[in-house]
Formats: sequence, C-alpha cells, structure tokens
Amino acid sequence: MNTRRDFIRISTLAAGGVALGLTPLKFLSGSRSREELLDLPAGSSREIYRRIPSYCEVCFWKCASWVYTNSDNQILKVLGNEDDPLCNGRLCPRGTGGIGMYHDEDRLKTPLIRVQKNGKQEYREAGWDEALDLIASRMKEIKAKYGAESMALFNHGCSGPFFAHLLHAFGSENNAAPSFAQCRGARDVAYIHTYGTIPGSPEITDIRDCRCMVLIGSHLGENMHNTQVQELAEAIDQGITLITVDPRFSTVAGKSKYWLPIKPATDLALLLAWIHVIIEEELYDKDFVKLNTTGFDQLKSHVSSMTPEWAYGITTLEPALIRLTAREMARAAPASIVHPGRHVAWYGDDTQRSRAIAILNALLGNWGKRGGFYVPEKVAIPDFPCPDYPKPAWNFHDIHLQKYPLAEESITNALIEASIPSADNHHQIRGWIVSGTNMPEAIPDKQLFLKAVDSLEFIVVVDTMPMEITGYADVVLPECTYFERYDDIRNSAFREPSIALRMPAAEPKYESRAAWWITKQIGERLGLHDYFAYDHYEEVIDWQLKQVGTSLDEMKEKGVMRFSRNKDVYLEGEIKFNTPSGKIELYSAAFEAAGLDPLPVYTAHPEPPAGYYRLIYGRAPMHTFSRTANNQNLIDLMPENAVWVNPKVAGIEGLKNGDRVYLKNQDGIRSSFTVSVRVTERIRWDSVYMVHGFGHSKKELTKAYGRGASTTELITRVMVDPAMGGTGMRGNFVMFVREEEGKEVEI
Amino acid sequence: MRYAMAIDVKKCVGCSDCVVACQVENNVHHGYCRDWVTETINGTYPQLETEIRSERCNHCDNAPCVRCCPTGASHIADGGIVLVTARKCIGCGACIQSCPYDARYSHPDGHVDKCTFCAHRVEAGQQPACVAVCPTSCMYFGDIDNPYSDISQIMKVRKWKVLAPEAGTRPQIFYLL
Repeated sequence: MNTRRDFIRISTLAAGGVALGLTPLKFLSGSRSREELLDLPAGSSREIYRRIPSYCEVCFWKCASWVYTNSDNQILKVLGNEDDPLCNGRLCPRGTGGIGMYHDEDRLKTPLIRVQKNGKQEYREAGWDEALDLIASRMKEIKAKYGAESMALFNHGCSGPFFAHLLHAFGSENNAAPSFAQCRGARDVAYIHTYGTIPGSPEITDIRDCRCMVLIGSHLGENMHNTQVQELAEAIDQGITLITVDPRFSTVAGKSKYWLPIKPATDLALLLAWIHVIIEEELYDKDFVKLNTTGFDQLKSHVSSMTPEWAYGITTLEPALIRLTAREMARAAPASIVHPGRHVAWYGDDTQRSRAIAILNALLGNWGKRGGFYVPEKVAIPDFPCPDYPKPAWNFHDIHLQKYPLAEESITNALIEASIPSADNHHQIRGWIVSGTNMPEAIPDKQLFLKAVDSLEFIVVVDTMPMEITGYADVVLPECTYFERYDDIRNSAFREPSIALRMPAAEPKYESRAAWWITKQIGERLGLHDYFAYDHYEEVIDWQLKQVGTSLDEMKEKGVMRFSRNKDVYLEGEIKFNTPSGKIELYSAAFEAAGLDPLPVYTAHPEPPAGYYRLIYGRAPMHTFSRTANNQNLIDLMPENAVWVNPKVAGIEGLKNGDRVYLKNQDGIRSSFTVSVRVTERIRWDSVYMVHGFGHSKKELTKAYGRGASTTELITRVMVDPAMGGTGMRGNFVMFVREEEGKEVEI
Repeated sequence: MRYAMAIDVKKCVGCSDCVVACQVENNVHHGYCRDWVTETINGTYPQLETEIRSERCNHCDNAPCVRCCPTGASHIADGGIVLVTARKCIGCGACIQSCPYDARYSHPDGHVDKCTFCAHRVEAGQQPACVAVCPTSCMYFGDIDNPYSDISQIMKVRKWKVLAPEAGTRPQIFYLL
C-alpha cells in the first residue's frame, strides 16, 4: 500500500465515567466550610475528600503533585507535593492548570481507523481489539518484508519509554525525540566533548547559591522550569548579579544588572570576546584550569585577536560593557554560571556556541563548586526483569553517523528523511509509531514531513488530543491523560535524590487507555509476552519500589520519597572527567577528528533583507507549546500569541497595537492565520518575537484552532548543525501582510 | 488582627500561576478572574525598566465598595477581609464603579464577585491559593498587626508602595520594590 495520505479531521463523541477508591482525607477539620464562611448554597461538591499522588506531565520537569478530588471522585485541583525537592509544594501555572487537559472535551475518545469511503479517506471509530490487531498485523508485515528495524518511534513525554520498550523488544532502536535535534542536543554534545557528561535535565546549575549568572538567550521566568525559577527567585533575594544577553528585553532581562541587547545571531562573538578578556586580564581560575583542563594554550592563542573591540563590530555591544561583564562573572567565580541554556537549536553552529559556553564555564572553575555546577544523583532503581532485547541489524547510527558524526542520540529530522526512498537511502524507515509529539508543529520543514508521510506504509499515532499529527495516521489511539494512569516512577537526578509516584486519580475518560496497557496489548499480539510479564503495571512499580526499600502502598500515601546521597554534591581538587584525556577538553581533538573546528570560530549568519525581520520565538510561562494550546485553564491566561514589534518598526510599517497581520517569510510562506501585533520597546528593531505553539490548523482543537500564528510554519529555512544534525531555526525572516485581502505593506 | 499581602516585584516573573491557582481553588468561571498580572515598561530600547505586578482586591481599610453597597452585601469581615455575600447582592454594580482598582466583576450568576483573600483557607490556617502556589515565593500574606509575622518583618526591611494612594482607600496590598 502506498496511499496518498489525506489529512483527516477527527470528530467522534463518546461518554465517560469516573470512579476510584483511596483513603479519604480529614481536611479543613474544625473549621467552617467555604460554603458556611462565604454564605454559599449548601451541598456544593467543592469539598476535598481525598488526595492522590502524581507528578506533572505538562512539561518534562515532572514536579510531584497531589491531585485533590471530592467525594464524587471529581478532580478539583492539583497542587505541588511539599516533600518534592523539585517543586517544594509549588507547581508552575501549567501544572496548576494541568487539570484542563483532563477536562478537555476535545480529547481523543475512541481508537480510529483510516478507511476509504466514497472515494474519500476518513476515520471510523473502532474497538480496541480491532485497532490493536490491525497495528500488530501491520507491524508483522513490515518486519517480514523489510525487517523490524524499519519501524521507527517518535516520542515525547512519559509514554515514550513504554513505546521504546515495545519497539526494542520488536527489534528496532530507531527511536527519536524532538528534545535532541530541535532542542538541547547541541548543548549536550558540546558538554559531552568538553566535560564528558551533559549539563543535566533538570540542569545541574546550582542557581540557589550562585552569585553571578549569565543567560545567553535563556528566558528563565518565561521558561517556567520550576526548580530553576524557584532558585532564581531565591538567588535574587540573595543579591545575585544577572547578566542577560538577548535581543529581547525578556522578563529576566528586567531583573538583570546588565542586559546586553545583542544583535541576533552573534552570541558566539560575544562569548569569544569574554574568553579573550578573562584570559587576557588573567581573571580565570588558574589552579582549576591547570589541574582540570587541557588545551589552554591553544585556546589562549585562538582568542588572542578576539578583542571586545572586534566583537563590538559584530554584536553592537560596547567594548566597555563586554569587559565589565567579563570581570563581574570572574569576580563571582566559582559561584558564577554561564547557563548552558536548553533550547539551543538556533543557527546551525549551535554545538560550537555551546562549546564556547562550556569553555567559558571551565575558565570560571565552577564545575563541582557551590554556586556553579553541582554533581547530580538519582536513585538506583533496577529495571523490571525481562529478556535482553534482540540486536537489530542496523540502527539510527547507520542512518546518520556519516553525516552527523557526533550525534549521541537519534535525530528526528534524519529519521524523517530516512523514511523517503532515494538511491542513497540504504536504511529506509517504513512505519512510524508517534507517541505524544505533534511532529508537524514540533519539527521544521513540513515539506520533508509530508514527503515522508506519503512514502510510509503505516503510521500509528497515540495521543490524548486530536493534534495535527493525528490527521496523518492510519490508526489513532486515544491515550488517557496523566490524571488517569500509572507511569514509570519519576527518578530525577538532582542535588537530593528523590522518587515520585504517578497513579490514576480517576478512571480513564471515554475509551482512552494508558500507554503501559496499550504497549502490552500490542506486544502480546506480536508474540513478545516475555517482555510484558505482568498483568498490571502496578506489579512492576511495586517490584521496583521494593528494590529501593519502599512499596506501592507506602508511596500511595507519601507520593514522594527522598533518599540520602552516596557521593558528595560538590568536588574538590583534581576531578576525573569522562573524556579521552580525563580532563575538561578546552581544545577538542574529537571535533578535529570529525572535521569540525576544535575551538569555536565565529561565523556570520545571513541577515534579513530590507523589509524583513528576523523571527525569534520562545516560551510563555503559562504554556508548553502545542501541548497546552487547547487547555481552557491556560487559554484563560494566554489565549493566543502576538507578534512583538518595536515601535520604530511599527511606525515604518504603519502598524498599531492590536492590528491583525499575516506573516510571510523569505520563502513566500504565509502564516495560515493572522496574529495580533504587540507594539513594544521590548524587542529589537531588526527582529520580531512570537511565543511558539499557537496557530493550530486542526479544527477539532476547538479552542486552539486559528488562534495566533504558528512559528514552525514560518520556519522553512533550516540551518542544520554539521556536528549533530540539530535544526537551527532562527534564520527565518518575516514581513507583515495586512489582514484585509493579504495586501502587502510596502516600506 | 489585620490581614494584608506584600508582593515582591523584584522576584515576580508574571507567570500568572496566582491567577490560575485562584481560578481553580475558587471555581472562578472560565473567562473571569479575581486576580491578574500587569506589566509596565518605561523607557526606550535599550534603556528599559519593567515592573510586573500581581494585582487583586486591595481589601481597603476605607473601602468605597462597602460604603456604596445599598444592601450590605459588600462588608468587612474578620481580619479586615472585604467580602461580598452573593445572596444579598442585587448586582447593581455600584461597587464595581467605585473601586479604584477595578477589582470586582459581575459574576454570570448575577452577583458581584472578587478576591476573598481565600478566607476559607485562611480560617483553616492555610495561605491564600495565590500565595501558596507562587513558584518565586514573591508573595507574603499575614497579620500586619503582629510585628513578628513574615509580612511585618519583610515590610520593615524593604521599601514598598501601594497602588492609587491618592484614592485614600488605605489599601492593604503592598508592593515591595
């Protein structure tokens, strides 16, 4: 079968029920009820009856929480678990509003199967058995024809590991997440080749005790990764010096002693100039550098000409300001951090920029130091016993090792490309499982995606919501939300090791099911019984918890358990690094061997032509991209994105606050929907800014449909990182097109 | 006993967690809110200053909403908390007009609604929902008559301001600068 895969709209309706039992709480005892106090009608069902442990799924941070229900088992609210070192009892707005996901009436409700009817493709509702049988038979077919390796998984979130387990047991390791090539991959590769380890997730930045922190485009506070924001606030109380580098006056720029309004795409020049000043003025930690690094002399001569005056011409930042900020960060060292950032897929040389950040940190001598980078530790939870996975004949490394030598993880865009037949494609992907990632909105280059979709033989999409990706599937499976399911034990590497339990607070709504159940069902149909040797996932969790000295029953009461550390959180003296030299590699022989610059070199990137502005995007604290765009609780806080325009630009373009415009990029791609103009001094005149995750085109997302503009849609020029295949997405330029009849504005 | 709130604008990131926590805690209808976040920007690029504030009813000592209420629905309860008794409210909207902080709204059920300082939580010894949830811990709530309370202590060592002091309402939300 090689169908043209029509995009199908989903519309199904089904009813649901809720029932569950746990120990009731004695809450608010001895005080008047809200109804008495506020003189409200009696019999309101807002009274809390019990609380059920969980952890959040709105972003990857996984803050532990309590889900509060009333005596009718209705979910009322979700609050942070006080014992959780990651959230300290305080969820972020997305976590607090996360219940909107559970209540969302647009959720996927039944399995759906693509059928041909009257010459038109559409979905029909199906029972679970039929859908699962179909998936298993198609997977077997693909395995028989091409080998199990030709099935790939794209995933994000807590369901991912279940599908990865299924796929590995089936015989494929082709499992990719956008969190690598579209997000933190360049950073992680840079750190692996400098320090021999990644800067963590959660990041191992000791912000709590930091005295000076540099943020390169990181917008903490808008990026609401909970622990970091909590510690930033604590550090502000303690008088931290913040240095924020951003063409946009971000929230944290407003809290910074120094805001460096850099010309976009020139950050690497600034970093090299800082390295120059710190070496030139001998501000670096000499003992640390001598004891723990290699390649200092090469670095010194490499940056000798990269003066602040040199950087001034590139970055538009005053040389005096560059010197001043270099001295500030050196003065605070080692309690001084240049934050490695997280979403770093900007200009295609992101691994090199991240290397410069890693090098600068090494000069500050902050590795293993209080207020620098701490040593994370997690709990050693053994895997539930199961047979070894079969060894596949090939895997993702065979797809992209030649092209992207340093990619540690699998690259989404490379797997998409491998799904398209061509003369030099020797490892073709034939089928996809997509779990919890809305690929057309998360990964740029929609044309490539559509070509792949057209070439594939089979696509299964598992999601809670009718995201854009569901329209391309042969089978759609409705997953239940994190309020209705068990997932793996949360085990975060942090200063203090801790685990957290997620269990259902309610029965799954509609016909939705948990990933553990779905994968077990498919696995059994594929004859992989030994890999799913349990009747209920509770058995797995209970077994694992008992290995670390607790149990499911105990965790149901506590939600979170903290463990003591086995190693020190900070390091002294000579440190052993997991690099070939055992040292921090300022000069990277591995990069050199891969044909890459062994020390970071600034390269100029394309600039917007006249009448165009660089499209910069970011996060809002109350949304997690597509995932929350249809969540009514969070829509109340931010219903759509706006395009930020500097007043000078607004004057030239004749735009007013609140005007609605289309955006058209350098390749002539126009946004599907209009976006509201926000005229603000907070953005440079050569750029515009939008929050990512809006402008949804799927009508079944009734609340998100057509609200704002999609950034991904406008990112058609992708600057691919030669080191690790990351998709640099900040090289796109847009112009304004008036709402009325798409009449273009001339300047 | 006098309940008050102090909010540290140096720490607030404007994430609006206070808004959604209030909505969820108090079952505020979608599309309405009892607290909200404002952002003020001064200057021109790149010389800029910003202030982000979480705002709500100021639970004024000299509350114009209480004085102008024809039915007594708006009243001052224990600890100075300004409340509206929905049952007594005829929805005339005089209080909405009189409030210099625009803190009140017409509830779809026909009465006026606003922040209660989460009186039901406070009575149970808990913090208001907005204070308890704030990821930056930028809000302090407590008895300002007690010199040892957190709020009294922080206001002793920090500069602060109130909104619209010229209205003479003696507001009880303080912004730490």
